[in-house]
Amino acid sequence: MSSLSVDHVLGIKDLTKEDLELIFKTADNFKDVLNRPIKKVPSLRDITVANLFFENSTRTRLSFELAEKRLSADVINFSAASSSVKKGETLIDTVNNILAMKVDLVVMRHPNAGAAQFLSKNVDARIVNAGDGAHEHPTQALLDTFSIREKLGKVKGVKVLIVGDILHSRVALSNIFALQKLGAEVKLCGPRTLMPKHIESLGVKVEYDLRKGLEWCDVANMLRIQLERQDIKYFPSLREYTMMYGLDLELLNSLSKKIVIMHPGPINRGVEISSDIADSEHAIILDQVENGVAIRMAVLYLLAEKIDRQ
Amino acid sequence: MELTINRLCYQLIENHDNFQNTVLIGMQPRGVYLSEIIHARLQEITGNKEIEIGALDASFYRDDFRRRDTPIEVSGTTIDFLIENKKVILIDDVLFSGRTVRAAMDALMDFGRPSSVEYLVLIERRFSRELPVKADYVGQTIDSVVSERVDVQWIGEQGKVILTNIE
Repeated sequence: MSSLSVDHVLGIKDLTKEDLELIFKTADNFKDVLNRPIKKVPSLRDITVANLFFENSTRTRLSFELAEKRLSADVINFSAASSSVKKGETLIDTVNNILAMKVDLVVMRHPNAGAAQFLSKNVDARIVNAGDGAHEHPTQALLDTFSIREKLGKVKGVKVLIVGDILHSRVALSNIFALQKLGAEVKLCGPRTLMPKHIESLGVKVEYDLRKGLEWCDVANMLRIQLERQDIKYFPSLREYTMMYGLDLELLNSLSKKIVIMHPGPINRGVEISSDIADSEHAIILDQVENGVAIRMAVLYLLAEKIDRQ
Repeated sequence: MELTINRLCYQLIENHDNFQNTVLIGMQPRGVYLSEIIHARLQEITGNKEIEIGALDASFYRDDFRRRDTPIEVSGTTIDFLIENKKVILIDDVLFSGRTVRAAMDALMDFGRPSSVEYLVLIERRFSRELPVKADYVGQTIDSVVSERVDVQWIGEQGKVILTNIE
């Protein structure tokens, strides 16, 4: 068993535990490659990848682009802001036009949930979901769990607290699926207004008191407050949010044990975590970014393996 | 088999003296075990306990990626020393088409520029080369047809050559 069970990476929900382990094992090897003097392998020499970003992104986009280049793939980039989407072209038309230029793999971020799934049914290319609305962001969850595995040596049995805006977060949902498949325990923490109804049906626990949650966990994943998605007021003010759910060094030092702090970025410094924590030894935020490239290389490599060669 | 490995070791010593500037690299997956046996034997014979040894995985450099029926299984690479200006000896168990060692040479060059590269195989299959490749040190030469698979099975330091029909 050394090939993925799926043809597209649309969400963690569709992947099996074996898929996750294969991706991690492959990423271990790519991480080695990234620490060599020549950080590049020729595996995807004959593959062209299109990065379609219908929503803004810095980290994910750079990370994917770098991963593609490290694998020697040819890369084209597209962002909605500067394209014909503004002229009224549909998603399928846009993508088919790009595919007509002979593209094998599509990496797509889109503001609507299910966009990647929709695309995979309508166009002839392998799709990697780089975030679709508030649905899933599989590569982020993969790199998060990979970072936990690297830091703590295992994922099974680890207690992970996900704090913040769960309602708007694709990172939270993908992380829940990934962590549960690998045998970790997950608890969510955040204001009631940002907690989806019936989220317990996924088998996670909910905690509204940050201190209690932190005392319980081994790893705290501090999500970003999505300022751009606060179309209605979910909490009275940012200041109040920070007082209730923000993590600072004083709180962290008052805990009975040492915990690992993660953040998917971009950080709103002084909102969900304070600057001194973001830069402290507790945080593995920059390790997460480094691992992101290796994980994305692994995903692209394993998908490319499944492309028929004509 | 023990005699063969001993002979290979002495041939290596003839050309590399006490291995001050020479490193051994076993090719993943099946050359690594052989490289460890040779490494131990060389240290015993030369008395040099600091001969460097590494393992190289060339999966990402193979020319049959996406052209095989079964996916390539990736193993790890461990080269904890610099190969710049070193004499490198690549070690594998069976030389068949020559494609693996081609990929290995590509992979090796990404770690630096060795002063020379030599190739040692335990079993050389005749008449089956697809690339202009020749080993510098050969344990045994065997004749086999393409429809046969040649494996070396190890029980401790005793290797046994197994031929299986894959048609």
